[in-house]
Amino acid sequence: MEPVKKLTSSIAPLDRINVDTDQIIPKQFLKRIERTGFGQFLFYGWRFNEDGTPNEDFILNHPAYKNSEILAAGENFGCGSSREHAPWSLQDYGFKVIIAPSFADIFYNNCVKNGILAIRLEEADRVIQAGKEGKSAAVDLESQTVSCGGHTWHFDIDPYWKQMLLNGWDEISITFQYEDAIRKYEESHV
Amino acid sequence: MAKTIIEKVWNDHIVYEEENKPDLLYIDLHLIHEVTSPQAFEGLRLKGRKVRRPDLSFATMDHNVPTKNREVIKDPVSKQQMNTLADNCKEFGIPLAHMHHPDQGIVHVIGPELGLTQPGKTIVCGDSHTSTHGAFGALAFGIGTSEVEHVLSTQTLWQSKPKTMEIKVEGDLGFGVTAKDVILAIISKFGVDAGTGYVVEYTGDAIRKMSMEERMTVCNMSIEAGARAGLISPDETTAEFLKNRAYVPADQYEELKEKWLSYATEEGAVYDKTLTIHADEIEPFVTWGTNPSMGSGISAHVPTAEDYTQNSKKEELKQALAYMDLSEGMPITDIEIQHVFIGSCTNSRIGDLRAAAKVIEGKKVHENVTAIVVPGSFTVKMKAEEEGLDQVFKDAGFEWRESGCSMCLAMNDDIVPAGERCASTSNRNFEGRQGAGARTHLVSPAMAAAAAVTGKFTDVRKMNVYA
Repeated sequence: MEPVKKLTSSIAPLDRINVDTDQIIPKQFLKRIERTGFGQFLFYGWRFNEDGTPNEDFILNHPAYKNSEILAAGENFGCGSSREHAPWSLQDYGFKVIIAPSFADIFYNNCVKNGILAIRLEEADRVIQAGKEGKSAAVDLESQTVSCGGHTWHFDIDPYWKQMLLNGWDEISITFQYEDAIRKYEESHV
Repeated sequence: MAKTIIEKVWNDHIVYEEENKPDLLYIDLHLIHEVTSPQAFEGLRLKGRKVRRPDLSFATMDHNVPTKNREVIKDPVSKQQMNTLADNCKEFGIPLAHMHHPDQGIVHVIGPELGLTQPGKTIVCGDSHTSTHGAFGALAFGIGTSEVEHVLSTQTLWQSKPKTMEIKVEGDLGFGVTAKDVILAIISKFGVDAGTGYVVEYTGDAIRKMSMEERMTVCNMSIEAGARAGLISPDETTAEFLKNRAYVPADQYEELKEKWLSYATEEGAVYDKTLTIHADEIEPFVTWGTNPSMGSGISAHVPTAEDYTQNSKKEELKQALAYMDLSEGMPITDIEIQHVFIGSCTNSRIGDLRAAAKVIEGKKVHENVTAIVVPGSFTVKMKAEEEGLDQVFKDAGFEWRESGCSMCLAMNDDIVPAGERCASTSNRNFEGRQGAGARTHLVSPAMAAAAAVTGKFTDVRKMNVYA
């Protein structure tokens, strides 16, 4: 996967709590057998009217956020289904960083595995507000900071996941280095 | 020091541990279905990797399968996804219960049915309702497709040690109150993210007295409270259920049973957090909103904005009621429905079908209602037909279908039309879950049956079926 280090971008503000993965990508789009091309279906039910035209009221359809690489949202983002199609669609649409006060566990893991930086930030509501005001944010994974509107906030991330993201490692290749330990475990347990 | 089952199962599966790193955990059973696996198998092929332990993997088709006529798969993309699973299982040597196989069913129904699910195992599947298997005292959780690929190639996963949570259900359940009502009440009381970062163990008298099927219903919806895994310490009920199952060798049963029971949480073990709910505060439940915590007892009303202090919650209520086309403060019993779905990995087992059949026996489905029953597996379907339940449903005006996930997520043709309302025994009432614009109300099988008969939500305890 592509490494994530730092970026500066406008912030798409999705001011809702408990955004579930059924909203991020509805089930009718889970039938594809590829990993790519899901961006067109992102937030489908919210982004489009019943006749397929864009819903002008939905925040991502606002021209100001057309090129945003940062999405800021309310607590418990990504709850519900384990579908990895959710991070695939966010990434394919163009988001590289998601900032929220909290994330659902499976969604958070799925983001890391795809090189999306999900940032748990208590002050996420202030980032949402900055996004509404058209401000940008700078995100730096190395220093674990989000800077926006004259403030800089520190965020926590598991050191292991941080290394994975910074280096864009393939986790399976890493695990293969523990082949001996796996074999020993199997010999003593099966 | 006394240990919880969570710590015991975890410690038993550590392949490698190092400070400041997640643990490398061994996975005993990998369940696979057609929706979340194709990209994982493709990843293996692209890198020339093998499946390490096809013998510890088991696949079935459930999400896309037609429930009316198995021979007719209208959507070519659905068909391709199922064919892809069959090809992948063949290529990598993984056992598959395909659409016409006698072991076919919803992945979380057949695991226990076959005895693949056992206490003390680590079980994963690319599906968030994998927590169902926790009912047996297994550490079972949903994973994404990248992790599916990781398990296929290494039979392990890197996992950070979770915090432990006890949810205690004290006292005895009242008359007509079911396992589904218990878990909906828990989620409503503690919230959709109460369990985030935790593995939950359900304890207390009410849980202990539950059958295995009821325990599965409770553990199934752990993820709706944010917990990836929810489990129950094994006991005699657990061991009895597993006796004579296909994957439980009869000659090793006693030995296995002793091992299984040894995983139970020890007296005095400490959890990071304990939440308590009293069984007598739980009545038959109905959700009125767009996440599983938005529910009330049947005698209650839809809340009003004044019931919340946080602005984000008030806003969420407004959005939910707008989608659901309900008004603040209206009685739950005033909500009229047009569809009933009895099925899903939460409530499609034989006990669920018996409970629903008991309510509708000798009655008719309301003229405004379309009702379907989708058994959780081929085995459940056969058993129900043996008992004559299919006839009870059909006589009442229900459609009797083939097994699958069906209308729980409407990936096949079983869709609730936009603007219509469904009393559903499934697990999620998210916007569009049962079809674009469809409105879902989560209930128990008995409450779904009661709604089918009366055309609106009705307290099943007042229907004289339990006399």
